[in-house]
This record gives sequence, C-alpha cells and structure tokens, in this order.
Amino acid sequence: MDPDEYFDRTRMILVAGKGGVGKTVLSACLARLAARTGRSTLLVEIDGRSAFGPLFGVENIGYDEVRLAAANGGSGEIRGRTITPDVALVEWLDDHGLKRVSKRLVKTGAVDVISTATPGIKDLLVLGKIKQLVHESDVDVVIVDAPAAGHAMSFLRAPAMLAKMAKTGPIHAQATAVLEMLGDASQCEVMLVTLPEETPVNELIDTAFQLEDDVGIQLAPVVVNGLYPIIEGLDVDLTKLAEQGTIKTNLGKQKMDELTAAGDFRQKRTDLQSSQAARLAQMLPLEQLTLPYIFDADIGLAQIDQLADALAAGIAQLTLEAT
Amino acid sequence: MSSDFSALIAEREVLVLAGTGGVGKTTSAAVIAIEAAMQGRRVALVTIDPAKRLADALGLESLTNTPSRIALPAETTGEVWALMLDTKSTFDALIHRYSANTDQASRILDNSFYANISNALSGTQEYMAMEKLYELTADGDYDLVVVDTPPSRNALAFLDSPNMLSRLLDHWLYKALMAPTRSLLKASQLLLRQLSKIVGSDVVEDVVAFFQAFEGMEEGFKQRSQQVQRLLASDACGFVLVASARHDTVVEAVFLANQLADNDLGVAAVVMNRLQPDFVRLNRRPRAPEFEPFLQAHDELHALADREAIHIDALLDQVHGNPVVVRVPLLSSDVHDLDGMTELRTKMFSK
Repeated sequence: MDPDEYFDRTRMILVAGKGGVGKTVLSACLARLAARTGRSTLLVEIDGRSAFGPLFGVENIGYDEVRLAAANGGSGEIRGRTITPDVALVEWLDDHGLKRVSKRLVKTGAVDVISTATPGIKDLLVLGKIKQLVHESDVDVVIVDAPAAGHAMSFLRAPAMLAKMAKTGPIHAQATAVLEMLGDASQCEVMLVTLPEETPVNELIDTAFQLEDDVGIQLAPVVVNGLYPIIEGLDVDLTKLAEQGTIKTNLGKQKMDELTAAGDFRQKRTDLQSSQAARLAQMLPLEQLTLPYIFDADIGLAQIDQLADALAAGIAQLTLEAT
Repeated sequence: MSSDFSALIAEREVLVLAGTGGVGKTTSAAVIAIEAAMQGRRVALVTIDPAKRLADALGLESLTNTPSRIALPAETTGEVWALMLDTKSTFDALIHRYSANTDQASRILDNSFYANISNALSGTQEYMAMEKLYELTADGDYDLVVVDTPPSRNALAFLDSPNMLSRLLDHWLYKALMAPTRSLLKASQLLLRQLSKIVGSDVVEDVVAFFQAFEGMEEGFKQRSQQVQRLLASDACGFVLVASARHDTVVEAVFLANQLADNDLGVAAVVMNRLQPDFVRLNRRPRAPEFEPFLQAHDELHALADREAIHIDALLDQVHGNPVVVRVPLLSSDVHDLDGMTELRTKMFSK
C-alpha cells in the first residue's frame, strides 16, 4: 500500500500512546507524509503546551488555525491548531443557543460545577469539536495528537458514558453523534505508538484491547518508535582477534575495552528492543510500522522528514485492505 | 554528589518524586525506598500512577490501598511497604472521618455527583495522594514516605490539590444552597434551571443533594488541607525532580520546577535518569574492517552523550536552590525486577 492509498482509508487519525513515546513526532510525520501525497492536513493538539510550534518553527499555536507549512508544488498545506476544553465548552454552549448564558456560566464559575457534575463533558466537547473539523473543514486529513495513554482511554470513553448518563437533550445528541464518528473506520482510526520497552509495550497492549472492547474504534497499525538500526558485526570478539593477531589494533587495552563495551551495550539494547517488538507482535494481532532512533540530532523538521521516509517505507509493506 | 543523595534520603521524612512520563520516575521511587530500607529505615512507598507501573517494576501482581511488605534481600535492615493508591476508597475514608454520623456519610457516598468527584474528577487522584501521604506520615508507623506522582503536566493540580475541594465548597452556588438569601436563591434557581436544560435535571439534582449532604463537613476538610500544605512546605519534606536528558523532558522538568518555586517549594534533588553511558574517547581509529561496527556504535553513543550533556546543563541552569544532582546511566537491560533495581541502586548511589 502506498501512502496515497493509506490516507484514502480514513479522514482522521488519532495518535495515542504513553507520555514520552513520540506521539507528537509521529503526528508530525503523518502530516508531512500526507502533505507529500498532495493532501492538505490539519494537525490538532489538545490543550497543553504547543509541541508542534517549535517543530515547524511557528511561535505559538492557539485555538485558531495557523499555517505550519505552505502548499508547495505537489505537496499540500499543513495547518495546526489546539483545542482547549474550556473554550470548546463555551463554544458549544454558544452554538446551542445559550450564548447569553455561557458568559454568565463562565463568569460565575458554574462551568466548573458543570464539568465536575458531568465528568467527561469536556472530553466529549473536544471530540465534538474534532468531529466538526472532520466534517466541515476543507482539509483532506486531520491528525490529532491525543492526550497521554491513561487519559486517552477516559477521553475516548467519555461519549459512551455521557450518552448513557444524559438520556435526552443536547448532550445526548452530541454524544451519539461522536460515537457514530468513532465507530466509523472511514471517518477515524487510532494509531497507537510505543517505544520498544517493557512498560510502554504493556501499556499499549492494554490500551489496544480496551479501545477495541470499550470504544469500538478502528485500530491502525501500531508504531514502534526509536528502534536502533541493526549494526552487523557486533558479535565479533575483537579482543580475542587482536590477541590472536588476526587483526591489528593501535589501541591500548583500556581503549579496546571501551570500544567493545560500547559495541556490547549497543547490541544488548538492540536485542532488547527486538524482543519487545516481537512480543508486541505476538500479543497484539496488528501490523507494525517502525521508526528508527535518531542518534545524531534532536528532532527537528529535517529529522521528521527522515522519519516520514521510514514511515512511508513501512506503509508500502502493509497488507491492509484499501477501503 | 551521590553520597549527598544518600544523606538526603537518610534525613527526610517525606520525598515526593515528580517528572514527566517515561523518565523512570516510578522505578526511581522504588529504588530510593529500597536505599532507605538498606539504611535501616522503615519506608512506605506510594504510587498513584494509573498504569500500575510500580507493580510492574517490583514484580508484584497487584497493589492495594493498604501497604504490603516488599520482599527484599535478607541483609536489609529496614523495610519497604508499598501501596497503589486507591483514590475512591481513600476519599470514602475521608468522608467517614469527617461526617457527623453514618447517615450523613452514606448520603454522600451514595450520591452520584460524589461518585464522579471521587472517581473521575481531574485533580482528585493528586488530592488523595496527598491525603494518603498525610495519613501515612501522621500515623508515625514509617520513618520515610516516598510518593510517586502523575506526569508533570498535572503538577499544578498536584500542588494545588489540597485546595480543590475547599474551592468547590467556597463556591457561591454552594453557599446559595446552604444559606440562601432571597436574591441568591432566585439567581441560583434560575441558573439551575438553565443547567438542567443542558446536562439534564438528574445531574443538577445530584449536585444539589451532594452539597446539602456535605453540610457541616467543610471545616474538617479545610483543616486537613492546611495540614497537608504545611507538611509539604516543611523541612521534613523534599521534592525530587526526575528527568531524562532530552529536550522535551527538560522543558517539562523546568516547568515543574517553576511550579514548585511559585508555591515556595524547592527542589531537593534532581535525578538525571537513563543517561547514555559515556565511553572514553578514542585518540586513534583502528583500520581493520572488524572494528567498523564497533566504531559506529561508539560514535553514535558519543554523539548522544554530547547532546545529553547540553540538555542536562540547560536543566541545571534553570533549577535554583542548589539541589543534589544524581546522574544515572541507562542500563543495558530494562529494569522491571528486584535484580534490575539492585543494579540501578548501585548506579544511583555509587560513591
């Protein structure tokens, strides 16, 4: 499957995973990749500090859309925005004929009481806002950098919970509409990302099964981020070869030891990563995409493009059915 | 440097670990607890991480709200008692403590607004962690209480959490319902009708019933909150910042340190975790092709270590108050059992 076919499958990709595993990097990669296919893309962050801003060299990304990368020749435009739960709530009240009330609700602090009384209401309204973007925005693809793992579950469970809690009325209607979107693979899917390490892999597996059971959302291939590229030849016993005189060395014993220790460390971490990726494949019947570890630089736009190449190569190998 | 860290652990009564996700905070908390036990102290280890990572790290099947003793090597003179915070039952216990009678307690415990607060309200987990911390400290059963925290983005909620319920109880809506003057009552009823239209009348009735049931308990809760705040601000308590040497985790760690500073709290120690091992530089490069893969591995790890050094400096530049700095290398295997933690402990506390 080429990336063009991949982005034909769905309108919105929600990127989720434990904190620190590379959700933002993956989201940016997906946006660059979609742009390469000529698609216009909207990157969405939920609340929090703006992580996309520094990557794309844009000062501050707020509630209003900003351009992160212009359309250029065959490549599409990338835009970005955040969705702040409080603003989404007020906007929703305004849209539902409560404009006069919404100001008072905020001013008196009653908004806090509403959101305490109906946990998940902000999550629901953020998802409602995303749904509105998916339906009404003129962009081809929407990429959402979801809240970190634990919160991602309560975030995506909120609509079902509220649909049950509010039996009628505007909240019920909103919850039902969002549930419909979440259950429709042509509208959205979740792409889970992890590092090839014990704990994040465990959490990804838990999250994947919970999402399937509780939310019924389409799961995209899982992404294993930060894989050390395999270096061949680290299994050689350098010291022995040098002692036997098979190879010549101009290093003293201490430097030889350091060199072999570096090789040994690198090999052990690589083996550990492979075994975690293999365990993930065994426990979760989803195809895997991998992103290499970048050794030589902090992640900037150049590295994002390098990773997008790797992602494209991985997508080419997928056996997913096109929709 | 690291022996200072050992001394810090020997003298404090409370250590609160904070940092962003994925930096090894939970494991560090466990290792610190074990170190204190090796010093002969009796330690309680509280994790509030929903991913049950401590259980993972300690090789335990599950943890409960009451501390259970962790099996440590026989030569350990102290003890570690670990628990996984159960937010709801901690909150329930607090309601029982401050209610006038069982009738008042059950009216609150059965209320669905209360169920929402005690289960799902953001900030409740942090609030209850502080409550648990206080409870364990006040009992006097432990020499040291080590607390793990949720990721740093929630830092504000965590520091502010003892005030959360007081704020809710100070809310004018609550006051209007409790001690209604004519105009307040009129305003609140109008607002309640509007709220009912949005979220449904059941929800609003639950809120009103909860506030009514809570009458008389505010003072107890407020006093408890103040006691917790005093404990956090006292010399017996130390905050330990855990970070890895990456740009994004450093940004989060600085953010957290600033939050602490804003609350007049200092950072007692910074644990720079999962650092790439820094191998001795080579002055010559052997030519034989067999060396090539080793040289590549060596070069890559060097490039990483160099970049990490920049991030560490950036963090230490921005954290004030002269904290103890501990550098812990990434091990060649993941740490998820006692052996791994023992190895990590030797790195964290190497003299």
